[in-house]
Amino acid sequence: MRLALLADIHANRQAFAACLEAARARGAERFVFLGDYVGYGADPEWTVEAVMGFVGDGALAVRGNHDTAIGSPAETMNAEAQAAIEWTRGRLSAPERKFLAELPLTRQEDDRLYVHSEASAPAKWRYVRSSADAGRSLIATDAHITFCGHIHRPALYSMSATGKMTSFVPISGVGVQLLTGRRWLAVLGSVGQPRDGDPAASFAMFDTVSREITWCRAPYDIETAAQRIRDNGLPPVLADRLFVGR
Amino acid sequence: MAKFLVESGAIIDGFTLGECVHRGGMATLWSVTRDDIAAPLLMKIPRISEGEDPAAIVSFEMEQMILPKLEGVHVPHCYAAGDFARHAYVVVKRIPGQTLYRRLGELPLPYEEARLIALKIADALCDLHRQNVIHHDIKPSSIMFRPTGEAVLIDFGLSHHNQLPDLLQEEFRVPYGTAPYMAPERLLGVRDDPRSDLFSLGVLLYFFTTGVRPFGESETMAGMRRRLWRDPYPPRQLRADYPPWLQEIVLRCLEIDPVWRYPTASQLAFELAHPDQIKLTARSERLKRDPLSTVWRRRFNGNPIEPRSKPAVAAQLAASPIVAVAIDTDGSNELNDALRVAAERILKTSPSARLACLNVLKLARVTIDRTLDDEGNNKHVGRLVTLKHWAAPLKLDESRLTAHVLEAVDPAGAILEFADANHVDHIVIGARQSSFARTLLGSTSAKVATEAPCTVTVVRLPSRAMEAGERKETPDDRSMPVI
Repeated sequence: MRLALLADIHANRQAFAACLEAARARGAERFVFLGDYVGYGADPEWTVEAVMGFVGDGALAVRGNHDTAIGSPAETMNAEAQAAIEWTRGRLSAPERKFLAELPLTRQEDDRLYVHSEASAPAKWRYVRSSADAGRSLIATDAHITFCGHIHRPALYSMSATGKMTSFVPISGVGVQLLTGRRWLAVLGSVGQPRDGDPAASFAMFDTVSREITWCRAPYDIETAAQRIRDNGLPPVLADRLFVGR
Repeated sequence: MAKFLVESGAIIDGFTLGECVHRGGMATLWSVTRDDIAAPLLMKIPRISEGEDPAAIVSFEMEQMILPKLEGVHVPHCYAAGDFARHAYVVVKRIPGQTLYRRLGELPLPYEEARLIALKIADALCDLHRQNVIHHDIKPSSIMFRPTGEAVLIDFGLSHHNQLPDLLQEEFRVPYGTAPYMAPERLLGVRDDPRSDLFSLGVLLYFFTTGVRPFGESETMAGMRRRLWRDPYPPRQLRADYPPWLQEIVLRCLEIDPVWRYPTASQLAFELAHPDQIKLTARSERLKRDPLSTVWRRRFNGNPIEPRSKPAVAAQLAASPIVAVAIDTDGSNELNDALRVAAERILKTSPSARLACLNVLKLARVTIDRTLDDEGNNKHVGRLVTLKHWAAPLKLDESRLTAHVLEAVDPAGAILEFADANHVDHIVIGARQSSFARTLLGSTSAKVATEAPCTVTVVRLPSRAMEAGERKETPDDRSMPVI
C-alpha cells in the first residue's frame, strides 16, 4: 500500500491542496497526518475540516503542539506562534476544536509508529536535531520505522543492530529502501511552512511492500497563502518566511 | 534474525540453490535458479552470525540498498534482494568468465593491452558515477568483462551512493577497502569524491604495466598513510621503455590531491582513447620520485589534501563536461565563427570542460576508398590543421583541446558514434544554410539532434544570410555538405 505522509500543514490551504494533488498523482492509497494542522497559516477551518474528512474515511492523524495549544493555553510558544494560535482559536468551531483535542499523540500501525515530535516523550515536543536525539526516540519504541515531523526539515536516521546511528538529508524524489536489518526514524519536512531553504511544500510517500520512502516537494501558490496571512492581520513575518522556506 | 538452511537444493523465496561457487570472508556465492527467470543467476548470502565482523553486515546492507538502483551494461543486473529480517541475500545475473584477478600471473601486460583494459574500466566508472555511485573498491577482483567486451563492476559493499544514506560513513572509524588500491583521501574519511575511483584505477594501471604495486601491499594504517605524502616511483624508473603518455595518465590518476587528478572518469576515458593527443607535462618525463624536501613538506606542513566543500557527485560531473563541436571545414566563415562563439560560452561556464573538435571526411559510398593514398592523407592532415586553426582563438590549454577527423560515409552517424564512444556531454553543430542542399542530402544537424545520446546545440545563422544562398546551387555544393 502506498501511504502519503503529511506533517506540519499549519493552516496553509494552498500548500496542503498542492500536496494532496501531488500525493494522489503518485498513487497515494492512504493518508497519514503527523500533526500541527493549525498555527501560522490563515486557513485553519478549511484545513481542519479536510483532515476530519480524511480521518472519517480511515486516515490516521496524531496531535501536534499547535493543535494542543488551541485547547490548552498553557503551551508555551514564541510571540508570533502565540498570536497565530489566539487568532486561530477564534476561528475554529467547537467540533473542530474537539477533534484536535481528542487526537492521540501517537498511533501505531503494523511496525510503524506515527508521532508529531519524537517517541521518547511525545508530549514534551522535543525536536530531533541530531543522531543523539534520534537515538533517544528509537530506543523508546519497538517500531521498525518511526515517522515524525515538528522540526520542518527532512532527515532520515537509522540505528543498526549494534546501536550505531547514521544520519542523512534526503534528496527529493529519490526513494530510499528502509532495510529491515536496522530501525529508522524518518523526519518529514513541513507542508505549510518549510524551513529547509526550499519554499515548496514538503511531504513523503511510503510503500509498505517495497519499504521505500520518497520525500517529495510540491510547488504551490505562495503569493496567495502569504496574502491571506497578511489580510487576516497575522504577524507579517509568517507570510514573509514562506517565500524563502526558512 | 531467523536462521535458514543454506545448502544445495534449499529453496529461498522461490530460488533453488545449486552449487556454492565461492566462499569469501564476507559472503558466500551460490548459483541459483527460479522457474520464471531464464538467465543464469547468482545468490550472494552474507556470513552473518555471532562473532562475525559487523562490517560484513553493514556492507551487505549497502549492497542491498545500491544494487537494485543500478542499471546498464557495466553492473550485474539485480533480480531480488532478500528481507534482512528473514533471509539476507541478493540475486544477480551471473556474468560468465573470470575477474581480472586471474591475469595477475601475466603481469606486466603489454602497454596497449593494459590501455584497453583501463579504458574499459574508465568507461564503466563513467557510467557508475553518472548514477551517483562511487565504487570505492576498484581492484582486479572487482572487475569482469562481458563477452561483448564491456567491463562489469561487481561488489558494491563498500560503495557510496550520493543520494542514499551512507551506512558505512558513520559506522566505522577505520576506512574499509583494499589497502593497496585505496585513495589517500579515504584515509581522511572522505567517501563522497568520485575521483577516489580514478586513483584506484591508476594503481591498477600502474600494477598491470609494471608488475609492481605503486604503494606496496601494506595493510597497516601507518603503511597506508605513507601515500598521503610519498609518491610512487615513476614507472619509467622501473621500465625504460615506458611510454611517456602512459606515465602521464598513471601519475595523474595517482596524484595525492584529488583536484590534481582527472576531473571525471569520462575525461580519463577520453585520454585513454586518444593516447596520441595527450598533453605531456613534466609528469611524463619524471624518472625519480619527489625529493625528500617535497615529501617532508607534504608530511609535516599540515594536511596534504585541502579539505574543500564539495558539490554533489552529479554537480561535479556536470562541471567537467566533454563538449564536441562539429565543424564543416568547407563551410562558411560566419557559421564557423558562430560555432566558436557558442563553444566559448559553454567553456566559460564550465572551467574544467574539454573540447573535441570534429570534422567528417566524407567517403564515397560506391567507390573503393583509398584513404591511405597521398591525396587522402593530405586531406586528413589538412583538416586537422584547419580544426586547430579554428580553435586557436579560444586559447584553450592543450590538455583541454583535441582535434579529430572522422572518416565516414554518413557524417551524422560518425558524429553520433564519436559522441557515444567518448561520453560526450554536449554536441555543438552548425545547421546547413542552403535549404536546397538540405532537401537533397538530408540534414546532418537534424539527425544528430534527434538521435544524440546527449544535449545538442544547433547553431544557425540569422535567416537574412540564408536568403542569399537559398535555392542557388553553387559548384561547392558537392563537397560542402560534410556537416
